[in-house]
Amino acid sequence: MTAATAFLSGHQVAERITASLPGAVVEATEGWVVVAAERLVETCRLLHDDAELDARFLALISGVDRYDYFEVVYQLSSLAKNQRFALKVYIEEHEEPEIPSVSSIWLGAHLQEREIYDLMGIRFSGHPDLKRLFLWEGFPGFPLRKDFMTLPEGFKPGLQRFPKEDPESWGGEARVP
Amino acid sequence: MLASWYDFRDFGNAVGRLVEALRDAGASDHIIYPVTALIGCLGVLVFVGGATLINIWLERRVIGRMQSRLGPNRYGPFGLLQPVADAIKLIQKEALTPRAADAIVFTIAPVVIFVPAILAFAVFPWGKEMVLADLNVGVLYLLALGSTSAIIVFMAGYASNNKYALLGSMRVVAMLISYEVPSVLAILGVTTFAGSMSLRDIVEFQRTHWVFLLFLQPLALLIFLIGSTVELNRSPSDIAEAESEIIAGYHIEYSGMKFGMFYAVELVNSLGVSGIIAALFLGGWWTFGLEKFVPGWMLFIGKMYAVYFLFIWFRGTLPRFRIDQLMAFAWKFLLPLAIVNFFAAALEVLIWREYEISAGIVLPIFAVVNFALAGALIAGWGRVMFQQFQRFPRRARLVSGIEVPELPYPAAPHPATEPVA
Amino acid sequence: MSLKTEPLVVNIGPQHPSTHGVFRLRVTLDGERIIDAEMIVGYLHRSIEKLAEERTWTQNIPFTDRMDYLAAMTGNLAYCSAVEKLAGIEVPERAQYLRVIFAELQRIASHAMANGTFINDCGAWQTPLMHMFREREKILDLFEMTCGARLTLNYMRIGGVAFDIPDEFMPALEELMDELPDRIAEYEDLLLDNEILLMRGRDVGVLPAEMAINASISGPMLRGSGVAWDIRKADPYAVYDRFEFDIPVGHNGDSFDRFLVRMEEVRQSVRIIRQAMGQLPPGPFCATVPLNVRPPAGEVYSRIESPKGELGYYLVSDGGPTPYRYKVRPPSLINLSALKQMMIGTSISDAVVTLGSIDINVGEIDR
Repeated sequence: MTAATAFLSGHQVAERITASLPGAVVEATEGWVVVAAERLVETCRLLHDDAELDARFLALISGVDRYDYFEVVYQLSSLAKNQRFALKVYIEEHEEPEIPSVSSIWLGAHLQEREIYDLMGIRFSGHPDLKRLFLWEGFPGFPLRKDFMTLPEGFKPGLQRFPKEDPESWGGEARVP
Repeated sequence: MLASWYDFRDFGNAVGRLVEALRDAGASDHIIYPVTALIGCLGVLVFVGGATLINIWLERRVIGRMQSRLGPNRYGPFGLLQPVADAIKLIQKEALTPRAADAIVFTIAPVVIFVPAILAFAVFPWGKEMVLADLNVGVLYLLALGSTSAIIVFMAGYASNNKYALLGSMRVVAMLISYEVPSVLAILGVTTFAGSMSLRDIVEFQRTHWVFLLFLQPLALLIFLIGSTVELNRSPSDIAEAESEIIAGYHIEYSGMKFGMFYAVELVNSLGVSGIIAALFLGGWWTFGLEKFVPGWMLFIGKMYAVYFLFIWFRGTLPRFRIDQLMAFAWKFLLPLAIVNFFAAALEVLIWREYEISAGIVLPIFAVVNFALAGALIAGWGRVMFQQFQRFPRRARLVSGIEVPELPYPAAPHPATEPVA
Repeated sequence: MSLKTEPLVVNIGPQHPSTHGVFRLRVTLDGERIIDAEMIVGYLHRSIEKLAEERTWTQNIPFTDRMDYLAAMTGNLAYCSAVEKLAGIEVPERAQYLRVIFAELQRIASHAMANGTFINDCGAWQTPLMHMFREREKILDLFEMTCGARLTLNYMRIGGVAFDIPDEFMPALEELMDELPDRIAEYEDLLLDNEILLMRGRDVGVLPAEMAINASISGPMLRGSGVAWDIRKADPYAVYDRFEFDIPVGHNGDSFDRFLVRMEEVRQSVRIIRQAMGQLPPGPFCATVPLNVRPPAGEVYSRIESPKGELGYYLVSDGGPTPYRYKVRPPSLINLSALKQMMIGTSISDAVVTLGSIDINVGEIDR
């Protein structure tokens, strides 16, 4: 029986990146490492080629809308070493977010970047064929953004709390902003 | 000697009697031949029409059984009225003509395609006297009819102005032309033995020598069977229709009864080819003396349906070739085999005729030799042909833990930087 | 003399018998040879990821059925285990075993469908498909027996499963497990020696191991390319670390190898189910989890081996009643990453076979 996949903490990965590319890491936490957007491609190339991290397998790219900034999360793993870690990029711009594409490193990034562009509106510069994946060209807005079809007077769609639930029991309104 | 006119063992007798009666009455040949020909044509048409309805039911029912389901069983006993319901449905439907299609060619194609299909039944030896048209080039006539369908199918596909239809009709032309060659060469072996191209004479040869040509020409039967599945567009060679690739090929744009015509013609053609095989290889109406007790035409139709069942079986069980594989199969596998078979047949007939050996001695020897030859050729050639597909084991390799192949460091950029879409 | 030719653009789909749903492939043909291929998806897009942000964690379970509707159990399992990981919920032993049994049954059903349609795409007119449906049908009967549904099961819950198995379940499962190895052997006898199938599948849609890893391909496709990678082994979830099973691996990375791998995986699934049946412990089938489960703020990426490949859920919680971000890693979509590379240069017939061997599910591609 093989052991479970080793999860590399953000600090470990950050150490490794900083050794070769000083200044690329913005922040490192237990769960992920944040990389500066403009140094993303060289960092990813390093991670992909590095014999120790061996991030040959890009499991998932996901965008997260944090209301005033975007996060793009890369779940990277190594099949040979059976380890994985997460990489994040913050995009401060909210209207026209743009980060470099990693599709020149991972073929698997093509469709995922197109999907994120389609649903979240993050442009991936350098993507060879960036167009919408599911929706048609000309679809107004990007559905997965939190402000897509916002209701008037700042009211957010969705449940803010369970009906008849005491807000004190979980610490008050957590939703931002 | 003619039996009485009502002798249902051979309806040819009735027509013969009619000819005699008309002649006695002083009618000229200008009247006699049209009348008798009309009766024969009607007989063939009635048979073909009825058989088509039966075939639709049979095909769906048998394939249903092969696919572990029931097949049509709602209308009539055992679902026998299902073809009628199908036909009514198809007639009621609107026969659409696409705006961009060539309307005239588009419309006449399903009509014209029926002609060669039915004409083939004219030369069949239904019984001893039951031959509507005893052509002395019967085999040639049948082969000629078979190749006309290429043009008609191409008409249908080209006139539809549809890309799938165009692809389908191109495939039809390519493969029909390829498969004509081995089929004809295979049949040549048969005609060499029988010494005639008339289907009646070929049956007569089998009767007088007390042998089915199947035993003398097993390889020819195999080649002709494969060639005819191609000409019929039936699985495993239904690449012109290929519903999983080009949907329905040349008849994709047809609806209503126009589609129904194509559907019916496929079944009529299948029955026609079954009839050719029954006559050439299975003795036609003659069956080792059984024809004395059972009417010959019943035996013939029985053999026809036995071969037809084989076609249904193929369809129910075999995957489809790819067009290039089908072509390669014709030119690399069937054609050499057909040539060798024809050569062997010619040699055997030469020996037989030259030394005037009695058929009772020489034919069993030929049968054994030909079967051995067929077996050896198929096994040997097949091994060469399929070698490249069998270079890996038939089972997946089992690994007990994770195992990732070594990839080079630093990794090369991925081979194709082109996006997927 | 050279003839002037021009490429032909053909749309395979969205209404096409071999696209397994409403998948559209626009190919440019030179004769019958594909010189360009472009996939166009989105006909079944329901925006599940957006809808999920409006629904509570528990209400999201039915969505997982509707993604890969041919493998609803594994969809449920992936989502529930992701939420459990995020909320730190301990799942009872019995529930873990039941999850394994049902996930493996679902894998058999999904592979039966995948292999049947693959051979159907190779041109065997429905027969293998119908025969494999026979086995799938028995599995669906077992599902119906347990949770009342056959396709969209909605069986698993956060913290366990919705219902315990009924009394008649185990004998029926036993019977099926006795029957299945014979059936697989029968199919292997009938199919693996078929020259036409070999000709259609071998060397068609070849995917080298290096490209497969680079293109994030997972599941039977990755294994078909010779990479023995299975999340059940590599990163055992539920109780998979307690079972003995092997990973089937292909030889050449072509369509036929993927077919072989799926065939063998069914046998391995039977092995796992047999072991799980023997070890099934008594006890509660679901942990006591509040219906309005509210995982603490944080994020998790949890993955399982679904019949199609690595099915992952990336969930972000802000401590609220609904997921802040609900992102699926759809194996069906990501396995199409190398589609163009696999198709260019082959013929239109091969394109269909390749697509059939990838085993896509449009519900999961489009979401």
